[in-house]
Amino acid sequence: MSIDPSSLRHVARLARLSVAEDDAPRLAGELARVLDLAERLAAAPLTGVEPMAHPQAHTLFWREDAVTEGDRADALLALAPDARAGLYLVPKVLE
Amino acid sequence: MSASIAQLARALRAHETSSVELTQRALQHARDQASLNAFITVNDDAALQAAHAADAALAQPDASALTGIPFVHKDIFCTNATRTTCASRMLENFVPPYDATVVERLAVAHAVSIGKANMDEFAMGSSNENSFFGAVRNPWDPTRVPGGSSGGSAAAVAAGIVAFATATDTGGSIRQPAAFCGVTGIKPTYGRVSRWGMIAYASSLDCGGAIARSAEDCAHVLAQIAGHDARDATSVDRPRDDYVASLSTPIVGLRIGVAREYFGAGVDAGVGAQVHAALRQLEKLGAVLVDIELAHADLAIPAYYVIAPAEASSNLSRYDGVRYGHRCADPKTLEDLYTRSRSEGFGAEVQRRILVGTYALSAGYFDAYYLRAQRARRLIADDFSAAFNQVDLIAGPTAPTTAFKLGEKTSDPLAMYAADVNTVAVNLAGLPAISLPSGFSEGLPVGLQLIAPAFAEARLLNVGYQLQQATDWHFREPSA
Repeated sequence: MSIDPSSLRHVARLARLSVAEDDAPRLAGELARVLDLAERLAAAPLTGVEPMAHPQAHTLFWREDAVTEGDRADALLALAPDARAGLYLVPKVLE
Repeated sequence: MSASIAQLARALRAHETSSVELTQRALQHARDQASLNAFITVNDDAALQAAHAADAALAQPDASALTGIPFVHKDIFCTNATRTTCASRMLENFVPPYDATVVERLAVAHAVSIGKANMDEFAMGSSNENSFFGAVRNPWDPTRVPGGSSGGSAAAVAAGIVAFATATDTGGSIRQPAAFCGVTGIKPTYGRVSRWGMIAYASSLDCGGAIARSAEDCAHVLAQIAGHDARDATSVDRPRDDYVASLSTPIVGLRIGVAREYFGAGVDAGVGAQVHAALRQLEKLGAVLVDIELAHADLAIPAYYVIAPAEASSNLSRYDGVRYGHRCADPKTLEDLYTRSRSEGFGAEVQRRILVGTYALSAGYFDAYYLRAQRARRLIADDFSAAFNQVDLIAGPTAPTTAFKLGEKTSDPLAMYAADVNTVAVNLAGLPAISLPSGFSEGLPVGLQLIAPAFAEARLLNVGYQLQQATDWHFREPSA
């Protein structure tokens, strides 16, 4: 298969990654080769096979809907590149 | 010769040495072998402080086999107040405010962490060349890779710097570097070791485990880190076996399935010959070799390289430059902040896997890629279930080759992925497996992989121990 520049840009946009113009052909080629690998599954006898999402068949256990951690807001906000007054700061979204 | 955990534990109790002395030696050793680049962080002060506490703890009745023994954590486990990078620029300055469960359990046992081991970025790689902090070198031949992604963990043990290391395995990341470095690595059953605080790559595959010189040493480490943890919803609530007590069980009559698919065209003759030699040794100990088929083994690589990137693309969406991690300079808009922070913070292989995963999950392609890979995953798991009706364990080479040269496969992602041909199926099925040193091919270590049914870690360690009682491959050390 091949991946055209607009498909590559679309996927990169979804992943919030930038692709430099001069790097696009190389990256598109590599992506196509990895996806070609996946194409080998097309010939496998998969019709009617139940998809397996996880090694554990059972459903996850439920816990009580209760707070289990104390207030660690300061410790967590301290990790942020930019925070003030208990808030994460990002560039303005609305003018 | 490097001492075993049991020997070190005895020496500590007999006051022939102290944890402080062992730790100082390990720190010195780490400095002497800095050229291996096995460590991202070496934490002298914290290590020596922990060693002093361990020396005091040794006098207590609840001291464990690991009390006072220096080791290293793979830099994927969050460590409170010690930076945890996952070998990524994205987390270059990330200092977690908490300990991972594995970290907590080893700290409670007073094992002494001397730092954080190098690895492939976000555990994505089979050579440890994808680290933001540079490649790790193989102690057996510094022009070669140590394997990946737990390359630093394996190299640090192989070089005799530490007795054991924590590690993780999503597609072979414990077993393949253990094989390349001539040490023992155990990947437990999915859910046996808590993933809490272990930075996520592919959540339905990720597994914490251990690398050490011998199966006996691995048993001591697994005994400490395995167990239920309510903070990980996939952690299994089931008592763990006594891994150490069962080491001495004779293996007479044990049926070992030799999977012919694991000796396929890509397997070096020298590797195949050594693995057969190890199997003959197990036969001498009373095991019965049975030829078996894993009919869908060839689907494992294609299924894995859809499922793992798909899960990675979802897991790594959390790195947005807002709450923690790398943020680009002077972002103009929120979208610019996300895109530039991620593009600057992630290395090439991580970006490649995010893009593949995003593609496989995107509208119009989901059925053709992700769903198909999940169906193949079922066939692969069913193959194992059927085989385990006939045999107790499945054997093959851990990796098709010995350690390759640095740079040999970096320009071709698919050639690199082929290094995982015999390991990824185990993760897809969630089974436990071990890599055991099985001699050398042209001077480089070869690994024997044994795979067991879910929760039969004790059987893997038992067979490994029995093999290691009869052979000395695991004692061989690279000349410094």
